[in-house]
Amino acid sequence: MKKREGRASRRAVLGGIAGTLGASALVSAIRPLKAAPSGQPVRIGSTLALTGPLAQTSLIHKAVGEIYVELTNKKNGFLGRPVEWILLDDQSKPDVARSLYEKLITVDKVDLILGPYATGNILAAMGVAQRYQKILIQHTFGLPHLAKYEMQFPASPIGPEPPKSAPIPIFDLLAASKTPPKTIAIVASKFPSTHFIGQGARAEAEKRKIKEVLYLDYEFGTRDFGAIAARVKDANADFLYCADIGVEPVQLLDALKKIGYTPPRHYHLFSAPGPLMNSAEGNLALAYTYFEEHPPFTTRPGAAELIPLYHDKAKALGIPYPFFDFQAAASATAWQMLEAAITGTNSLDDKKMAAWLKANEVKAIIGDLRFDGPNNHGPDQSKVKQVIDKKWVVVWPTEYAPPGVKAMLP
Amino acid sequence: MPSLNLLGQALVSGVLIGGIYGLLGLGLTLSWGLLHLINIAYFGLAFLSAYLTYHLGTVYHVAPWFAALLLLPAFFVLGVGLHWSLARFRVSGLVSLLVTFGFIVVIEALIQIIWTADFRKLELPYEVPSLRLGQLYIPTLELIAWALAVLFAVLAWAVLRWTYFGKAVRAAAEDPAIAASFGINHRVNALLIAGICAASAALAGVFIALTTTLAPSQIFSWFGVVFAVVIIGGLGNPLGALIAGVLIGVAESMTMAVTAPAWAPLVAFSLLIALMIWQPRWL
Repeated sequence: MKKREGRASRRAVLGGIAGTLGASALVSAIRPLKAAPSGQPVRIGSTLALTGPLAQTSLIHKAVGEIYVELTNKKNGFLGRPVEWILLDDQSKPDVARSLYEKLITVDKVDLILGPYATGNILAAMGVAQRYQKILIQHTFGLPHLAKYEMQFPASPIGPEPPKSAPIPIFDLLAASKTPPKTIAIVASKFPSTHFIGQGARAEAEKRKIKEVLYLDYEFGTRDFGAIAARVKDANADFLYCADIGVEPVQLLDALKKIGYTPPRHYHLFSAPGPLMNSAEGNLALAYTYFEEHPPFTTRPGAAELIPLYHDKAKALGIPYPFFDFQAAASATAWQMLEAAITGTNSLDDKKMAAWLKANEVKAIIGDLRFDGPNNHGPDQSKVKQVIDKKWVVVWPTEYAPPGVKAMLP
Repeated sequence: MPSLNLLGQALVSGVLIGGIYGLLGLGLTLSWGLLHLINIAYFGLAFLSAYLTYHLGTVYHVAPWFAALLLLPAFFVLGVGLHWSLARFRVSGLVSLLVTFGFIVVIEALIQIIWTADFRKLELPYEVPSLRLGQLYIPTLELIAWALAVLFAVLAWAVLRWTYFGKAVRAAAEDPAIAASFGINHRVNALLIAGICAASAALAGVFIALTTTLAPSQIFSWFGVVFAVVIIGGLGNPLGALIAGVLIGVAESMTMAVTAPAWAPLVAFSLLIALMIWQPRWL
């Protein structure tokens, strides 16, 4: 009895093995039709500022790019071919970026290029792309009026005229509050993409009849904010608008705290999200964004797949702010645009892809993008975020805020 | 017209940042003036110390004061080792500028590998409130840094002026061969000076960690102003470096208080050029 049972069991096991092998063979036979890219890889070349003063943000773009390539290769690659990303370090220097893009195109002979980070380096790469008539999709070019090359496409929805459009949401938010500001202090870092938006904020304040009690601009890389803080305190405005970048917001707020002053409401343009969110002075800080990690943004194409992987990758890379913010979204969008143009044209032809992007809308993680405006920009999608309970959340326009969350304006 | 309170606060800010300039310039001025080595690796060592202070504080919850106690002797040894290697390969003069720049690049890369390029901020678990003097606020941490900068500068100056060791170091700086013929072991003295310079860089690093947000590339942002401090203060003159640091700090801060802050970076170099043209005897 036992023997028979054993035989039956052996038969079942053998049958199971045979079945598994058969199923595996069937799956293997089917898979090449659906995924498993094969053949010569599609080579995408780009640089990022992996060292130097822009390296903090480039780390985010590197992480997102690696995740995107990995995911793409797990699916069907580009045109059924695996994707190979050739990433070089431009050391945060436009001259190095220019040389490396030359190398990528002429020596490495990549199929396509993708933009570097940030404005200066993108402008350098744009010149090279124009010379070789390559399509250039870029994440974060902050001076749209200088992007004259007809085959460059922005992934950031900052609109064609950021000085006019970027300050509007924060002024709208303040105007909708119970106590709209009567006076404003504006401080602007002389970083190209922040300084001119600072000028736009001045014009917007004037238009709304908010009295400017202080305007200061300072060099990017200022070490000591003591005297600037003293002037901000002296001005004692209802609202402090800072056209600043990176850790400058933390440096200024820290310096203000040391002289016993907390601005009633303060806005920061391109703040490094982690340090400001984690600092005590950063509580209720307002800042610029177009994507944060909460609904409705997290329901957009690719978000469900990319965001959890980004968390893991960010932790592995030691990125202190592991959330998927607007930089990460811009980076993912650039890859989504590239993929959409390749798929849409079924080719790697730069001119065909550029024409396709000009004529079509791309539904990306950052939103629905069009490229039919001046210098291939679509409409501005700027929003305002705020640190509430140690977390960045979008607070304006209100339809983009998480359920139950409202701006807290003391 | 800026208010008196604004000017007073800017003055306080300038004096205090001058202390950090002086502390960072101390190593460079002693090395350049007494050892004839333009050792800019001290900038890298200061930031390495800052990152170690950050790491000890955030990962092991070591108080920065205790971290300083650990880091100062460690960096003294590191400074001795660094100088030994430079002496071993007879690196001096302008070549030392290039070689030590190479050390900085290595240190920056090391920092980036360990702590990434992202910003790091040492958040103390307790508040360190500023002191008040009438309407003026005096940030406590910066005040402590300034007091220690003064202490280090005065001590270094006194040792060089009044001790046998100091006289021996100065004699060797003038002419090592003649000094050696009088029984001065200038090699050992040079190692000690290099160790002290590295320890002062480590101390500056502790305060950089306490008062700023760290990023590897910031190593290079202090170069220009500290070079100006060292040259205005006089090579090999620790008190001069401190005074020049305060002078430049106050000039920058006052510029920010009364005009556009964007003019401030010009101040250090304008002062330097003016002094070069004037050529006072102490320069």
